[in-house]
Parts: sequence; structure tokens; C-alpha cells
Amino acid sequence: MVDIAIGAAGTIPPAEVKDVELYHPKSWVTKYVFCQDAKVIAIQYSITALSIGLVALVLSWLIRLQLAFPSSFSAISPGDYLQFITVHGMIMVIYLLTALFLGGFGNYLIPLMVGARDMVFPYVNMVSYWVYLLAVLVLVASFFMPGGPTGSGWTLYPPQAILSGTPGRDWGIILMAASLILFIIGFTMGGLNYVVTVLQARTRGMTLMRMPLTVWGIFTATVLALLAFPALFVGCVMLLFDRILGTSFFMPAVVEMGEHLKYRGGSPLLFQHLFWFFGHPEVYIVAVPAFGIVSDLIATHARKNIFGYRMMVWAIVVIGALSFVVWAHHMYVSGMNPYFGFFFAATTLIIAIPTAIKVYNWVLTLWRGDIHLTVPMLFALSFIVTFVNGGLTGLFLGNPVVDVPLSDTMFVVAHFHMVMGMAPIFVIFGAIYHWYPKVTGRMLNEMLGKFHFWVTFLGAYAIYFPMHYIGLLGVPRRYFEMGDMAFVPQSATTLNIFITMAALIVGFAQMVFLFNMIWSLSKGKPAGSNPWRATTLEWQTPETPPGHGNWGKELPVVYRWAYDYSVPGAKEDFVPQNQPPVPRAA
Amino acid sequence: MSITILFVLVPIGAIIAWWLSQQRLTAKPWLEVGAIGEVPGTGALSLPAATIGLGVFLAVVSSLFALFVSAYFMRMQVADWAQMPAPKVLWFNTGVLILSSVALQYAQVAARRGRMEGVGDGLIVGGLFAFTFLIGQLFAWRQLNAAGYFLATNPANAFFYLLTGLHGLHLLGGLVALVLTIDKVWRGLELAQVRLSVKLCAIYWHYLLLLWLVLFTLLTPWVGDFAVICRQLLS
Repeated sequence: MVDIAIGAAGTIPPAEVKDVELYHPKSWVTKYVFCQDAKVIAIQYSITALSIGLVALVLSWLIRLQLAFPSSFSAISPGDYLQFITVHGMIMVIYLLTALFLGGFGNYLIPLMVGARDMVFPYVNMVSYWVYLLAVLVLVASFFMPGGPTGSGWTLYPPQAILSGTPGRDWGIILMAASLILFIIGFTMGGLNYVVTVLQARTRGMTLMRMPLTVWGIFTATVLALLAFPALFVGCVMLLFDRILGTSFFMPAVVEMGEHLKYRGGSPLLFQHLFWFFGHPEVYIVAVPAFGIVSDLIATHARKNIFGYRMMVWAIVVIGALSFVVWAHHMYVSGMNPYFGFFFAATTLIIAIPTAIKVYNWVLTLWRGDIHLTVPMLFALSFIVTFVNGGLTGLFLGNPVVDVPLSDTMFVVAHFHMVMGMAPIFVIFGAIYHWYPKVTGRMLNEMLGKFHFWVTFLGAYAIYFPMHYIGLLGVPRRYFEMGDMAFVPQSATTLNIFITMAALIVGFAQMVFLFNMIWSLSKGKPAGSNPWRATTLEWQTPETPPGHGNWGKELPVVYRWAYDYSVPGAKEDFVPQNQPPVPRAA
Repeated sequence: MSITILFVLVPIGAIIAWWLSQQRLTAKPWLEVGAIGEVPGTGALSLPAATIGLGVFLAVVSSLFALFVSAYFMRMQVADWAQMPAPKVLWFNTGVLILSSVALQYAQVAARRGRMEGVGDGLIVGGLFAFTFLIGQLFAWRQLNAAGYFLATNPANAFFYLLTGLHGLHLLGGLVALVLTIDKVWRGLELAQVRLSVKLCAIYWHYLLLLWLVLFTLLTPWVGDFAVICRQLLS
């Protein structure tokens, strides 16, 4: 090993943050409700996101029941069905995945992992959560307004989003857009914190290349989100103007029920550009934190350093940059210059290169590792498999020639549920099993965890593998029922019933998980400070759960990278980042 | 979209790339164990966190307005576009906003030199000018409305109201921060703390002035021809 003296690169952070700069809660309300401590905010974000996620889960059951048993549920009208798919998609992508990865894990892990006492702007951080909660409440409120939530699909494409045939045309679309605008404002506040904390509040010795990949992932995703969410903001504001004030940004001249509407000349394509300029980076806003977290889970539970750390960092940055120049691959069927199609197909397929590097590195990390099949590890492994499976169909869909016939079929639904639905969700589960002991001081029950894992993992495949086949048959997505179609064989109907059964079972398995989380809070095995024997800083806090200010009297000093597992000659099979090197004999 | 990518994402990407290039990303951390007592620099900038936070926020605002401008250019290509005349009062408003920026710059220089009374004066005058600008914008809206250029009559009008309104909202947010800073001065906080706040206000003001000049250029009709040329160059 080389001992080096790094002289360069900027200022050296102080050993101590002055105590007066820290925020001190004075009452119960400021400690648990209007709290500025990033750890409490993280828990608030997580609970809110998981709760609204449960609503989306129930909606998915209703969608599946309708698809499997069309004309058996008189309570579900075609309009209801469209509302269910819209709100299900929107909640899952934005209010659950984005909020949980960045607001939940970001808030909890960034300060702890980089050795900071808290986020740099705690007050703004607190406001961020409350604006997010408000956004969720506005979304939920749309269920109770006349006409219900919008049924325009999660992409909210005008003109149909604001035409009177679409469910939720009166209030739903207004509240949806308002809720998204609020979410973006709230996220921007949080995002400023995550970025500046990583930039400025790292403890002594924590160079960028010593950061755990989790922090790299969340940091990159936040930068993406800060630059991409404005596109959705612009789209939503202009959509609101069209809906409420009668402007024609997106609305072309439309004849409705024999009557000319007052709109004219607007460009629906403009909205699609804006939406997907946000929408594609959004995929990576969800995927990149998952990449980071899964790298840490694999290294810790295989007791081996991550293979190709530098490549992993570069790949994350390259994926983030590329994600801004691929958006139009969602618009192959909207009509575009063939050269543009060629350009966007090329950039889309190029993303496969850094992504493949990451997959190889995960697999090579496992190679001859001391693999512990703990619950977090099981979920991490299932992520790799699922992400590869979902990614391969992405290679199909990235080509315009293949995409055009498959567009708007269940094949697309199966693809994105595998790659950005199940894969990140597996990481979220793995991460919860991994960090729950740090957050609460108790372990989650392992038996229940394994049960939860196997049902969810096998169930996910039972749901989405057949769905690819149904899509290849040509069954379109978003259809309330198929009726009698010559090209849909009887087997597709049987498969639909099978998928629905699997979906119901997987859904109920999540109740086991919820029970486990609540039960373990008081009855779980005490975890100790570092149950996984991990190297990263969050496991080295003086208290578990970490106290206010995270680090007792003095901030930790970092001497090494985050992956010193099974170092030859070391006493234990892991060396914490803040463990000083053994002084050489004089 | 090409406008957003060219004028905002490429510069921001260049800044990020430059910053990353300073960060020893080619280091081999697995070979490097620090020695006791030797702490490497983390690459953190010596600027205060709030300044960097403002910088990141301005990047987000730039992205927002660039996307609006992209939409503006894309929508402009449809045949029903009819540019409306810019009210004369906008010239007056522009002048007022420039004066506002100058006043805040004066306050910032005063803060750097430690002249507290100059700071207070500069902030208040700057705030008043900014407020006058907002009133002037409302006045412009009223004039346009009176002349029959309503929001929904034409997309050109809609973009005018939307962009000026959004710019005004950003300025209004800035005014809140400015009032808090003035309050700090009045309460007689120590100079070091006030200095940072004044500096941040001044940066934000200059940014909003620059943004307004860009928007004003784009929204006035005599630029229409120029915009057509730009668009042809870009596409």
C-alpha cells in the first residue's frame, strides 16, 4: 500500500462545527413535527412516501382485477379505470420512488455518510418536506373533487387531458398540475441541500473518491432532478394556463360535440417534448440512487471491495449526462424527422455501455466473494437480475423499427415495470432491511424478511414475464377491456387471470413487510451499532440510532475509501473508513 | 429544446465537467490510506455554503427560463403567431431595474468597506426601485389589456404575460430576502453576517436584471426578425 500525502484540491474542512450553528429542538413539536434534523425529515419523507405508495398499490389491484375479469366489476367504469392507471403511475414514479430515494434515503444517508452534523440548510430542508406533504394532500384531494382525479394517463398529454371526454377534466387535471408544481418547488428546496451538503460539508479526509457509491448515486440523481424537473414545471404551468385561462399553448383547434372550441394553433408535440425532457432523466433520477445503494449492499454483504470503483463513479456521471439527450425515444410514434430518430436511437443505445459496465462490476464484485445471503443481499441480487432483464427489452424498444409496432402495447408496460418499477423497488426493500437497524436500533425479523423477499421476487416475475408475451400478441395498454379481438387468443385471457392472482399475492406480501417494520420497532433483536460489520461512516456513530448532531463531540476523520473489506493482514474482515492506519514501526 | 441544451445545459455541463476535473477522479482510493495527522483537502470550495446554494438555485432558474424560451421559439413557428407591440413603459421599467441593481451593488461595496449606513441606504433604495419595477410591470399589463391584447387572444400575448409574471414572482421572492436583510441591518447584527446576505441579494439582483434583459429582447417585436434568424441558425 502506498501512503500518500495529498497536498492539493481545495480547503481542508475544520475539525469542529461550532455548536451554535446547529439547530436545537426545544419542544416535542420542533423535535418530531416541525423538525429541522435531517434524520427526522428523512423518516417523515419515508413514511409519507410509503403511505401514498400503498394507495397506488391498491389502485394497481383494481387495475389488475378489471383486466382479468372484464365486465365482472360493475363498480369500475371505464373512466374509473383511466383514473386508476393515471394516479397509480404518477404516485409510483414521483411521489413514491423519487421522494423516497432522494427525500428519504438522501436525507438520512448523505449527512451520515459524508460525516456531516446535518444538512447545510436545515430550515429549508424542513420546509421541503412540508411542501412535499402538501403536494401529496393536493393529489389525494383530487379523489374527492367532483369528477375525481384526472384520467389522462400519467403523461398528461394534451389535448385529451383537458377535453371534456377525459375523466377528471373539471378538477382532476388542475389539482394534478398544481400538485406537481408544489412537488417540484419542495424538491428544489431539498435538492439544494443534498447538493451543497455533498459539496461543502464533507468531513476531513472525505475526498470525493472516498465517498460511498450511495452518496455518488444520490448526488448525481439530485443534479439531474434539479435540471430536469423545471421542464415538468414549465409543462404544468402552461397546461394550467390552457385549462383555466383558455390560452392555446398546447391546444390545437378542436371540434368537440360539433362545436368549435376557443383553442387554436397550439402544439401538443411541444408538451411531449417538455414532458419527456423531464421524463427521461426521471428514469435515471430513480435508477442512479438505486445503482449506488446496490453497490454498497453488494460490497458489504459479499465482504469484498467493489470492483472498479472508479469506473462505477465515471459510469454514474456519464449515465447522468447522457440521460439528457435521449428524451425523444419516447416519441418515436409522434412523428419526427428520421435523422432525429436515428440520433435518439443512437444515444439511447449508447447508454447501454456505462450501464453494462456497472452490471459487470457488480457481478465481478460477487465473484469469489464471501456472499452472505442476508435479506438485503437477496434483494440486491434480485435487482441485478431484474435490471438486466428489464434493460434487455429496453434495447428492443430503443430501436424505432422495433418500437413502432410495440408502442402502446403491454410489452412497454412490462418493460418499464421491470426496469424502473421492480428493480428500484427491490433496492428500496434491500436498503430498508439494511439501514433499518441504524434508524431504529433493532433488526427486522429475518424469517419474515425472507418470506417477503421470495414472494415479491418470484411474484414480480410471474406478473411481468407473461405480460411481455401479451404485449407481443399486440394487446394494447390503457384499454379498459378487450372485447372480442381476433388476434387475442384465449390463452391471453387465462394469462391475465394468472397475472392478477400473482399481483394480489405480491400485494399481500407487502403487508407482511409492513407488519415486520411495525413489529420489529419494539420486538426486534437489538442491532448494536454495526450489525453488518460495514465500513461506511453511518455505522460508526457513537449512538444508535444516531443522536442529534450525529457525531458526539468530534467529527470523524476519514483515512480510507469505503470498501476496505477482507483486507489481507487486517485483524477483522472490514476496516471502517475512520479507523486510523497502524503507525509504522520507527 | 436545442436552445435549452445549447445555452443552459452545455454551460452547466461545462462547469460540472471543469469542477469534476479538479477532483482527482482518476485517484485510486483503494491504494491510498491517509496517514495520521495528514488530512487531504476534500475539494470543497472556500465559498460559504449559502453562496454555493444560491449558485445552484440560479442554475435551476436558468434551466426553468431556458425551457420557457425553448417553448416560446417552438410555439412561434405555428402560423397563428401574432407578435404584439411592447408598451413603452417597459423601457422605463428596464431603467428602474438597472438602477435597482446599481443600488444593491453600491450596498455590497459599502458592506465590503464596512460602511454600515451606506449598506442600509443602498438596500432600501434598491428595494424601492425593484418595487417600482413591479408596479411598472403591472402598469404594462393594464395598458396591454386596455388595448385589447388579452392573455388568451394570441400565444404571443400569453407568453408575454407568463414570462413577465414569472420574472416578477422571482423578483418578489428576492424582495422578501431583501427585507430580511434590511431587518438584519436595522437590528445591528455584526458586519460579517450582513455582508454575506447583502452579497447574495446583489448577485440575485444582477441575475434577475440579466434575465430581464434577455426576456425583454425576446418579447419585443423588433427582435422578431432577429429571432427568426437565430431560429434558422439553430435548427
